Amino acid sequence: MSVKIFVPGDSAALALGADAVAQAILAEAARRKVDVNLVRNGSRGMLWLETLVEVQTVKGRVAYGPVSEEDVVGLFEVNFHTGGKHALCLGLTEEIPYLKRQERLTFARVGITDPLSLEDYLAHDGYQGLRKALDMQSADIVQQVTDSGLRGRGGAAFPTGIKWRTVLNAAATQKYVVCNADEGDSGTFADRMLMEGDPYLLIEGMTIAGLAVGATQGYIYVRSEYPHSITVLNEAIAVARRADYLGANILKSGKSFELEVRKGAGSYVCGEETAMLESLEGKRGVVRTKPPLPAIAGVFGKPTVINNVISLASVPIILAKGAAFYKDYGMGRSRGTLPFQLAGNIKHGGLIEKAFGVTLRELLYDFGGGSASGRPIKAVQVGGPLGAYLPESQWDTPLDYEAYTNLWAVLGHGGIVVHDDKADLAKLARYAMKFCAIESCGKCTPCRIGATRGVEVMDKIIANQDRTAQIELLRDLCDTMLNGSLCAMGGMTPYPVLSALNHFPRDFGIGDFGIVKKDAASGGHHA
Amino acid sequence: MSLAYKHEQVAAIIAAQQGRPGALLPILHDMQDALGFIPPDAVALIATALNLTRAEVHGVITFYHYFRSTSPAKHTIQICCAEACQSMGAEQLVKHAEKRLAGRKDGEYALQPVYCLGLCATSPAMMVNDKLHARVTPERFDRLLKKIGGGS
Repeated sequence: MSVKIFVPGDSAALALGADAVAQAILAEAARRKVDVNLVRNGSRGMLWLETLVEVQTVKGRVAYGPVSEEDVVGLFEVNFHTGGKHALCLGLTEEIPYLKRQERLTFARVGITDPLSLEDYLAHDGYQGLRKALDMQSADIVQQVTDSGLRGRGGAAFPTGIKWRTVLNAAATQKYVVCNADEGDSGTFADRMLMEGDPYLLIEGMTIAGLAVGATQGYIYVRSEYPHSITVLNEAIAVARRADYLGANILKSGKSFELEVRKGAGSYVCGEETAMLESLEGKRGVVRTKPPLPAIAGVFGKPTVINNVISLASVPIILAKGAAFYKDYGMGRSRGTLPFQLAGNIKHGGLIEKAFGVTLRELLYDFGGGSASGRPIKAVQVGGPLGAYLPESQWDTPLDYEAYTNLWAVLGHGGIVVHDDKADLAKLARYAMKFCAIESCGKCTPCRIGATRGVEVMDKIIANQDRTAQIELLRDLCDTMLNGSLCAMGGMTPYPVLSALNHFPRDFGIGDFGIVKKDAASGGHHA
Repeated sequence: MSLAYKHEQVAAIIAAQQGRPGALLPILHDMQDALGFIPPDAVALIATALNLTRAEVHGVITFYHYFRSTSPAKHTIQICCAEACQSMGAEQLVKHAEKRLAGRKDGEYALQPVYCLGLCATSPAMMVNDKLHARVTPERFDRLLKKIGGGS
């Protein structure tokens, strides 16, 4: 009987040598005449343990990690392929606390199945949502999604059902579903892990969206930095089409939905929905003014549903298990779960899917185990490059859209980037302005000019040139960007800048009693 | 000027995608995949095929960081400079790389910043040609450089 061994094919695992580990396992197995069935699964999301090798045993899957190419012979020596003991052995995968304490709804299959095996997908409750949707009226599907309380997981948190209803009610000969997979925020990788680890889930979610609003064509706009995601999606779409889960007559229902992957080209602002539409149409990724809403006049001027990967991937379970099941998770107006991504200077970084309401402190310490460097954590940026920096006093606030709004922070796409006490928040604020200057589409003045002026002002603050006046200028500039920008690029760059200034004034040269001068003796650092 | 590519090749790439809605980006991707860059004299051909002005095509090529109009270096090294990688020493890694690649022949190595490779829990990250690498220490950088033939 052959032994089933899992070695992730996820980009993060590949970047840590998973291919070499897989090859070494096959070579050593052949040498020892062990019959191995090697599966390239998605990642379990415990990224500090990559490459995480799993072996199927009678008791369940046993994990070993982090495994490098050089460890493989030693693993065979202790018969790891039958669950043998080894220093790298982590026991049963499902019992690892990091995984066990999660509430995996959207990521239920990721890391467990062979991403490209449709049989595996079906055997793990795949396509049950679509089967239900095929027997429902469009308006009823939209109602289910509305009732579930699902809000856009890309960052804006707009209620998905309301968006869908607008598209459903728009009269047009052609409508579209566009998946925003331009996951450009630093600290986020949930979309990537899902596309690489469970592509049929996204395809199913988009197909349901198509049925719900009367769209027959879908596009997945994937950033060029994610070549593996693009390959996996294209293969999965081809398989789904052959099995009639996509195409002109889905499961002989007479309903049709086609899907195509489009590749971005390294522009961050194309993650903004209207810039993405321009890019899809073959133009510069320049932001459009709203109205009209994309739901009325979206891609190629037609009514378009635009949702993030995770939003669409959350839909199948809502249809399969009902709105009430999903709504039962979470708190307040933040219903369901969010795949948090713990990144940066953190010991146990990875993907943690939890119901809304968990606190940052729990994620940082109970899951993350503190900083990777072992130094105290100083600041945590939540919600990507346009999200606020949170000081320790705010780490006990529940992760909930409204609670974060009250902190003048954003949950965004659930990305969490940790910085230890060596971080200089003035430098990070300067970087936020610089990033905006590099990536601005250039359409509106507050963003295009504001970001460039912002870098200059930050340079003067850091160099202690007329600091009091420059800080006032920075606040004034941020006010203009916040209120005058066309989209979140310029409109939210003040979040990291002002939160850094307000919570970490010493990094900007401001002491408790107002302005202090950085002198040579202090080296610019303040305790 | 001797052309490294054939005119027919460019025409075939355009023809294969021309009928698709929003064909310009797919054409540019195919061209860069096949030739390594988008030849400036292809701009007029693309513009004619898609009923665009040359200015529009040029505008698109120059808007996106990914597209290039000159042939790439033999090895492209992209180091992630976004926040997560900064928190784990990306800046020092860039300095190290610059030092190692200083004085190399033109066209041999291109060192570029990139903003997020989606490997934020295993920082710092980089891409060498088309391969991803995570938790890159200066030592690991040197080993990788040696592997692609740039060790000293």
